[in-house]
Parts: sequence; structure tokens; C-alpha cells
Amino acid sequence: MTVLTAFRGVRWYLKQFTGEAKWDEYLERCRAEGRKPTSRRDFERHRADHRERSTQSRCC
Amino acid sequence: MSSVTSEQRTRPRSSPRSIAVWGAVAVVGAVCWAVLALSRGENVSALWILFAALASYAIAYRFYSRFIAYRVLRLDDTRATPAERFHDGVDYDITDRRVLFGHHFAAIAGAGPLVGPVLAAQMGYLPGTIWIIVGVILAGAVQDMVVLFFSMRRNGKSLGQMVREEIGVVGGIAALIAVFAIMIIILAVLALVVVNALAESPWGVFSISLTIPIALFMGFYLRYLRPGRIMEVTAIGVALLLLAIIGGGYVEQMGLSETLTLSKEQLVVGLVVYGFVASILPVWMLLTPRDYLSTFMKVGVIVLLAFGLMIARPVLENQAVTDFAIDGTGPVFAGKLFPFVFITIACGALSGFHALISSGTTPKMVAKESQVRMIGYGGMLMESFVAISALIAASVIDQGLYFAINSPAGATGGEPGAAAEFVSTLGFSISPADLTAAAQSIEEETLISRTGGAPTLAFGISLIFSKAFGGGLAAFWYHFAIMFEALFILTAVDAGTRVGRFMLQDTIGNVWPKFGDVSWKPAAWSASAVVVGLWGYILYLGVTDPLGGINQLFPLFGISNQLLAAIALTLCVTLMFKHGKAKYAWVPGLPLTWALITTMTASFQKVFSSDPRIGYFEQRNTYQAALDNGELLAPATDADQMNQIIANSTLNGVLQALFALLTITVVLSAIPIWVRAARSGGLPTTEVPHETSHLVAPSDFFATKEEKEAVRAYEKSQDQLAGTRGGH
Repeated sequence: MTVLTAFRGVRWYLKQFTGEAKWDEYLERCRAEGRKPTSRRDFERHRADHRERSTQSRCC
Repeated sequence: MSSVTSEQRTRPRSSPRSIAVWGAVAVVGAVCWAVLALSRGENVSALWILFAALASYAIAYRFYSRFIAYRVLRLDDTRATPAERFHDGVDYDITDRRVLFGHHFAAIAGAGPLVGPVLAAQMGYLPGTIWIIVGVILAGAVQDMVVLFFSMRRNGKSLGQMVREEIGVVGGIAALIAVFAIMIIILAVLALVVVNALAESPWGVFSISLTIPIALFMGFYLRYLRPGRIMEVTAIGVALLLLAIIGGGYVEQMGLSETLTLSKEQLVVGLVVYGFVASILPVWMLLTPRDYLSTFMKVGVIVLLAFGLMIARPVLENQAVTDFAIDGTGPVFAGKLFPFVFITIACGALSGFHALISSGTTPKMVAKESQVRMIGYGGMLMESFVAISALIAASVIDQGLYFAINSPAGATGGEPGAAAEFVSTLGFSISPADLTAAAQSIEEETLISRTGGAPTLAFGISLIFSKAFGGGLAAFWYHFAIMFEALFILTAVDAGTRVGRFMLQDTIGNVWPKFGDVSWKPAAWSASAVVVGLWGYILYLGVTDPLGGINQLFPLFGISNQLLAAIALTLCVTLMFKHGKAKYAWVPGLPLTWALITTMTASFQKVFSSDPRIGYFEQRNTYQAALDNGELLAPATDADQMNQIIANSTLNGVLQALFALLTITVVLSAIPIWVRAARSGGLPTTEVPHETSHLVAPSDFFATKEEKEAVRAYEKSQDQLAGTRGGH
């Protein structure tokens, strides 16, 4: 039980940290609002386009 | 009103259990410090340093950061953060506090906290340990937290913008130039570390080169094969990366060792071309996937190192304080303990560069104001822990070997016999055979004069890991450590080049709007070329410098990084006065005073010192005078090298003076504002007005029982809200 909880916690964290969870949240939102979601490919492409225009500095 | 919140936050404190726990932590810390302070010439375990650090961090976090949070800044959870107010899911995005902590840490921690402490180990382990721990508690973590807070209260404005709006146009322009120039220096010095680690090392070159096709593969995988499966592709990437490190051990059998044995000059060309291409390629191809790899490696190695230290429990070979701390004649970098230890160790104790990250992406993603404490203060404590681990890794190496690795080639002559002789003149001893054996143990051609910190750190890490996890793998661990350092330096270099390019385009865009369009290719390409050209030029100077590039450039890097911190702290003090909190202006004022004392002393010495080993211009004059008399001064071996030293010293001296003047400009333009604000009890600022927050989320790493209940109630009310909406 505790192992399972820990595993779930780690998986949740990694999904959030990498941004994979964004897709799940988007699907959730579409369902709540009764919209038809776009394809994952388009969704990720949109996110990549945004990353292209913004910068994140990496420090020393 | 905000005071009410701080009262509300005061939970019933001082329970007997809490007093017992914190009392115990204080005792552990005090014992560790006492052992470190009193042991001389005995076998001191590295764990004393580790636990002195951990206990000090815990107490500082529990008490000092809490004081800053609720007394000084008055974090107010009734106020909506920019993430809650704008919530566009793109720039402004409500992020779980623990996830944001991870993002923030990944952005601030890089090679800096690994390199500085390794170089500072020439003065012994004690000065570095004290500065890293005291520095982070009173300076570095304070800066990160306060800048994050003020930027959050201004919708995530950048440091440059805030200086311009709160201090004035002159200060703003000075800050902008300083930020850009300092970034170029940082990129050049980081790249220099990589070049020094990879030169004449076919194994290293093999593994690092393979990261490019691995990252490209990951990029295409995410774009075309399975979009969005980041965890999956990162796992594949890390596995390939480990194979690349193992494969590097077979370069000789593959007949590649000659092709991959590159000189420093060849590596410079390679890095410059790479930096340019990486900054103009779409980010999904190279930059983003490489960032995933480097982040996972970063966190993985740090965790592994912490465990390794606990298991191996190594003994410190370094002295507590070496003679170099007092006489200032150390071969790694010149100058005495004050001010140069405080300059050499920037990241890990006080790093101005963090102010750029605390005023960029992070403030736009904070869910609740009170979380600023764990993200800003907590994140920097974690980086400090990395610096302490690096200091330990450098201090468990035999000191003769340490100085053979870290002295410039001009001093060691680059071969075992001469190096052993040079080391003995320093008062340490190592035999030529031992030098060769050390290099063989990690399957490198040589370890002599492999300056820059990375090879030393990697050697220390390989010692610790071999001891902790079983022997026979020293060479693997060494190249593993080199790979991990090079990987995130390269990530910093390509991300930094892009940031520099955006800054340049933005600045020129004020005059010529078309140039500011980041998707306009001619602008993007030319701005990238300028940025790469600038750091590439300084990198080339460092690589070819007969006096040793690290020896010459690292002080410039450290001083400029802390001058940036001085600018950020000046802004913080200004805002304390403007907000009518003059009473607490000492909180950022104390580190500001210290940063100004050390950086200005160091800058003064680097510009005006009459010791040619320290003062850039005196160095220039000495070599110029010798050249005019037709003489050659060691380590120069011909007139060309003499001219090179003269040109480099002049450039370094001018840059050093320029950075100091820019910082003085910012501070001087802020002082009249302090006086006016203190007299009138405050001045208007650009802080956004209070808007009520509806979001509920815990404040600290671990949620309390009350917080968990509040979050549950909040989630329930949100669900009901969604339910009623759906019913219509």
C-alpha cells in the first residue's frame, strides 16, 4: 500500500515536472466544457511554438 | 491587514516536541561546527562538514526565512498571485509548489556551484565551508527570495525593468548593460571549463559528442513519433547516455582515439559552431530535449552524491586552512583569502544570476504568496548543498594531486617529472609515478594541469563513488561526472546564447522595431552571431592565455556574478525603503554591504594592485616593460605570447573596471531614493494593487493537517461550482 502510494506520488511528480500532465488537464477541461479536444500532435506543437518565443535562462 | 494574516499564520508554537526537535538539530549543528573549528592535522571526516551544513540550513530555514516571510516581506495569502489572476495556462500558470521548486532549482543550479568551491579548496576546506553556509543563509537565499517576492508583486517583471522603474533610467541602462556583459563572461568561462575537461580526452569527447544525436533523436521522437511522451523519451535518452559513457571506454578499440583527441583550439571552434547552430535551430530539435536530459542527470547525480558521501564517509585530505589563504600565492588563482574566497565561490553562497531567474519565469507560476519562502529560500539552500558536496569532493583528493591538476600548464610544464617538482615547491608532495598512476586509474592520458575544476571534481566523485559502491569502476565514474558537468554547461551555453540573443533583439528593437521580431530570421541569425562571437572570442583568449585561462578569467566571472547580486540587492533595499519598511532594510542591506565590500575590494585589487599576479594593469605593464627591453618573462616563450598576455590583461582589466563602474552607477542612483523614501516614510512603487485570492494551497514542503483539510474543502467547493455551471 505505502509502496504503491509512493510510486503514484513519484509518477504524479514526474508527469507534472515534465509537463506531460498538461495534456491530461487539457482533456479534463475539454470534457468539463463539452468541447472536442484537438489531437495530441497539434496540442504539443502549439506548446512547442510557445516555447520557441519564450526563453528560460539556465544559470551557472 | 497583512499583519492580521501574519498573526493568523502563527500556529500554536513552542510545543515541547518542537522545542526538543529543534534543540537537537541545534546541538548537532553546534557539535559539527565545533569539530570543524577545533580539528587540526587530524583525520577529519567529511561528514562533519555535511552535517554542519544540513543542521545550519534547517535552522536558517525554520527561523530566519520565516522571519523574512512574515515580518519583513509580510507574505499575504489573501492576495492573489499573478498566476491566479491571469492564469492563461501559458506564461502565467498556477503550478504545484513542489513542482515549481523543482523547476526553479533546475534553472538556478548548474556548473557554478561545482566549479567555484573546487578552486577555492586551494585555501583549505574551512574558509569555503564557512562562506558557503553563512553566505547562503544571510545573502544568497535572501536575495533569491526577496527578488522573487518583489517581482511576483509586479506580475513577474524582469530585474532590468524593475531597476529602471524603481531606481531610474540611468540605473536601468547600467543594469541592462551589466546583465548582458556579465552573461557573456559567464558563458565564456563555463565553456572554458568544458574545453579544459575535454581537451586531449577522447573518451570525454566521444561521450559528449553523442549527446547531440541523442538529443536530436529525442526531439524528433517527441515531434513526430510519440508527441508529448516526455518521460518515456527521457528514459530512453538517459539509457543511451549511459551507453555513450560506457562506449567511450572503447574508443581505442574502435580506432577513434586519434580522431577524437582534440586540442583546445579545435574544441573552441566546435563549441562556437555548436552554440550558434543550437541557438537558431527550433528549440524542439535540440534545446528542449537536451534540457530534459541535463535536468534528470543533474538531480540524479546530486542525489547519488549525497548517498555516496553517507556510505563512503571519506576523510578530508585537505588542510583546514592552507598557507595560500594568508600569503595569497596559490597557483590556482592569485590573491588572499579576503576577498578572493568570497569571489571564487559565487554560486552556492551568493549568485547574482539567480536574480534573473527569480524575476523571470518563476514569479509568474507561484500559486500562493507564502510559497515564495520554500521556492526562493529553499531552492537556494539546495544549491548551497550542491556547493558543499563539491567542496568535499575536492577536499578528499590527495593534495599533491589536487595542485598538480589545478596549476596552470606554464607552472607544471605539463609532464609528471616537472609537475612533481613544482608541487614540492608548494610544500606538498607527489611522485611522478603516482601522478601517472592517478591518470591511468581513470583511463586518461594525463591529469596534469587539467584546470577548470571539472576534472578535479570528477576525480573526487569517482573516488567517493568507488568507495561507496564498490571498486573497479573508477574510470566509468570519472567520465560519468565529466559528462554530467559538460552536459549542463552545454545546456547553459545554448540556453544562455538564446537569452542573450533575445535581449539584444529586444534592445535594438527599441530603435529599429523590425529587429525586435524574434521570428525574423536575419535579426535572429545576426543577433545570435554577435552573442556567440562575443563569448567565443573571450573563450579563445582564455584557452590560449599563457598564464592559464581559468587563473585569469575565473576571478572576473566571480566578481561580475556578485556585482550583479549587488545590483539586485540594491533594488531590494530600495523597495524596502519605498514600501515604508526602513526598519527591515538591513535584511537585504546586510548582504548588499558585504557584496559591495568584497567585490569592490577585489575589483580594486584586480585593477590597481601593484602585484602583477593580481593586478591586470600591473601585469600588462610588467610584460610590456620586459618586451620593450627585448626580454621574455615566464611563462611566455616568445614575443607573440608576450603580446598575447599584454592584450588579455588589458581587456580583462578594462572589463573589470567597467563592471565595477556599472554597479557603482546603480548604487549611487539608488541612494538618493533611499534618503527621500526614509524621510517621507515611503514612496509610490509599481506594486500591483491587492486582489483577493480564492485559491487554497499549502505553503511549505509538507502540508499541515489544517492545510490538507482546507485544500479538501476548497476542492469540493470548486467541484460543486463546476457542477452547477454544468447543470445550466
